[in-house]
Amino acid sequence: MLQIKNLHARLKDGREILKGIDLTVEAGEVHAIMGPNGSGKSTLAAVLAGRDGYEVTEGSVTYQGRDLLAMPADERAREGVFLAFQYPVEIPGVNNMYFLRAALNAGRRHRGEPELDAGQFLRAVRGKLKLLEISEDLMQRAVNVGFSGGEKKRNEIFQMAMLEPRLAILDETDSGLDIDALRLVARGVNGLRAPDRAIVLITHYQRLLDHIEPDRVHVLQDGRLVQSGDKSLAAELERTGYGAVDAA
Amino acid sequence: MASPMSAPLDASGQIASLNEGYKYGFVTDIETESAPPGLDEDTVRFISAKKGEPQWLLDWRLAAFRAWEKLEAPNWAKLNVAPIDYQGATYWSAPKSKDDAPKSLDEVDPELLAMYEKLGVPMREREALAGVAPQGVAVDAVFDSVSVATTFKGQLAELGIIFCSFGEAVHEHPELVRRYLGTVVPQSDNFFAALNSAVFSDGSFAYIPPGVRCPMELSTYFRINAAKSGQFERTLLIADKGAYVSYLEGCTAPQRDENQLHAAVVELIAHEDAQIKYSTVQNWYPGDAEGKGGIYNFVTKRGACRGDRAKISWTQVETGSAITWKYPSCILEGDDSVGEFYSVAITNNRQQADTGTKMIHIGKNTSSTIISKGISAGRGQNTYRGLVRVQPRAEGARNYTQCDSLLIGDRCGAHTVPYIEVRNPSARVEHEATTSKISEDQMFYCRQRGLSQEDALSLIVNGFCKEVLKELPMEFAVEAQKLLAVSLEGSVG
Repeated sequence: MLQIKNLHARLKDGREILKGIDLTVEAGEVHAIMGPNGSGKSTLAAVLAGRDGYEVTEGSVTYQGRDLLAMPADERAREGVFLAFQYPVEIPGVNNMYFLRAALNAGRRHRGEPELDAGQFLRAVRGKLKLLEISEDLMQRAVNVGFSGGEKKRNEIFQMAMLEPRLAILDETDSGLDIDALRLVARGVNGLRAPDRAIVLITHYQRLLDHIEPDRVHVLQDGRLVQSGDKSLAAELERTGYGAVDAA
Repeated sequence: MASPMSAPLDASGQIASLNEGYKYGFVTDIETESAPPGLDEDTVRFISAKKGEPQWLLDWRLAAFRAWEKLEAPNWAKLNVAPIDYQGATYWSAPKSKDDAPKSLDEVDPELLAMYEKLGVPMREREALAGVAPQGVAVDAVFDSVSVATTFKGQLAELGIIFCSFGEAVHEHPELVRRYLGTVVPQSDNFFAALNSAVFSDGSFAYIPPGVRCPMELSTYFRINAAKSGQFERTLLIADKGAYVSYLEGCTAPQRDENQLHAAVVELIAHEDAQIKYSTVQNWYPGDAEGKGGIYNFVTKRGACRGDRAKISWTQVETGSAITWKYPSCILEGDDSVGEFYSVAITNNRQQADTGTKMIHIGKNTSSTIISKGISAGRGQNTYRGLVRVQPRAEGARNYTQCDSLLIGDRCGAHTVPYIEVRNPSARVEHEATTSKISEDQMFYCRQRGLSQEDALSLIVNGFCKEVLKELPMEFAVEAQKLLAVSLEGSVG
């Protein structure tokens, strides 16, 4: 599904953030990437999603056999790459439901599938709203405008559920969530685990992994993956902190 | 605008392709009859004679012409206008028809009908009836200087509603025209209004009798076709006591390298408890990316709330024209009368717009709302200019003004020039203004969900304009959303 090889990336100001990442994620797997603040977690997510402002200086990323880095951001999305934002963006005046339908139909057009009309779309929405305990009222509001932190994060997972990506990257989706919201988000993500879908969880804390069990856990430190293991690595980190990994 | 009737109702039209360009730029090859270029009293007499006007109207025109000669073109707007050669322009151009005028749609030149079809104007009533809106839209189409056809006349007449070309109104309803013409915008009001009053060719006239709610949207469709010609139409709408009317106006012009002048006058009169809703989607040719060609749009639009509790709403979406100089205004004479102005103005490439409104509070407890959304892209310059005046007698007057500017790129400009004059201490006037840039975060968020760069921009801009677009009749709103997208073509990336 996803092969990252020796990936180096820097900011426009020349500061190198990713210093040689190697990672392979297969379909059906859930990988967690953990690391302290400033280790490059969000940069990795941004580079994979194709955000402007980063320059890849070395290495390659292959997604479903294609050169991911050669595709513009919107094409990556239509090809099934989804990023759940750490800070979901507000778009005043744009109805949440309308936004989601436009996104969904952009993907369907890309795949040569018929677009969903308003009625079909509404039926699809209703089922998934329940899963995340999102009220229909929230869908009629402008995208993320006036949403609480928890509502924004749930809305991200809801979008993910609707868009049914092949590769989902969740950037600190757990940050700022209370335990109830965390459970809902985890329920949503677990519901999306599928043999043909890969999920990459980017997180600072282990607590998300209490609810979403990863197949692999990686530790990102200063732009490199310094350690990989199974889910027990996460528990160990929780106990010893990132400093211990650093020393190891 | 294209047809309000044929517009697709699927809201996904909101993000229609950006790569359409100006699709109304074609020229219709049609036999026309024009006056020789130039402007003097004889030109005025020529036009008046062509239209077979009564003496009083000729005198009225001549008075306007003499006033115009003494006036100077306004230079206070933030517009960079090349000198206009008023003697080089043509003031009368009309499709040459075998008879004096077409008496029914069947007599209209097929070329003309084909052109309106291309533009999507629902000229044929049966097409209109087969359309999507339950009530239909009555259309008066003005081609260069003359009105070519008015639809749904019979149906409206049953209710006592008069909807016809201005020229026809002069002959059929002279008492109404004479009573109201120039009472809101006097001949000598300003340079362009005086010019229009002297040489206006045609336009639309509507009168809604007391207590009648007009059952369909009335619409005028303006088209400048002839080269080097100006269009000077005049619209006069009267809503008598307790009447209601919603009126739509759309405009296009062929793509030509030279500038064309459009100087219209619109007068609205709302009597006691009457309501007029006037919506415009202005899509005159904006000129090319380098600023060559395009319409000079100098328009005077004003409405008077003559009676108590009268209400006038202006909604405008200004996407076209090289230069826009336009301030649809409300004179709130009646107590408790209401004025509203909702505006979206886009300038891209080298377009310039100086637009806004005047709300003149005269009656007690009058209230006005101004919502202005300016979008600047390319090297466009966009100015909101608005006056809120509260007269001494306007006890309890209220105004709320909100001006938001959105910048796309770093070579464009947005300016807000509010004038507030309050002469009554009980008045309450609020003004809010914001300026923002399209954020990269918003663009990336949309693109990460699969929307192309153009679609993302269109979505964000439409969201920014939503408060105004929702004031438009639905079919018009869909069209306006598409236009926004087309107008911003090439402004990102």
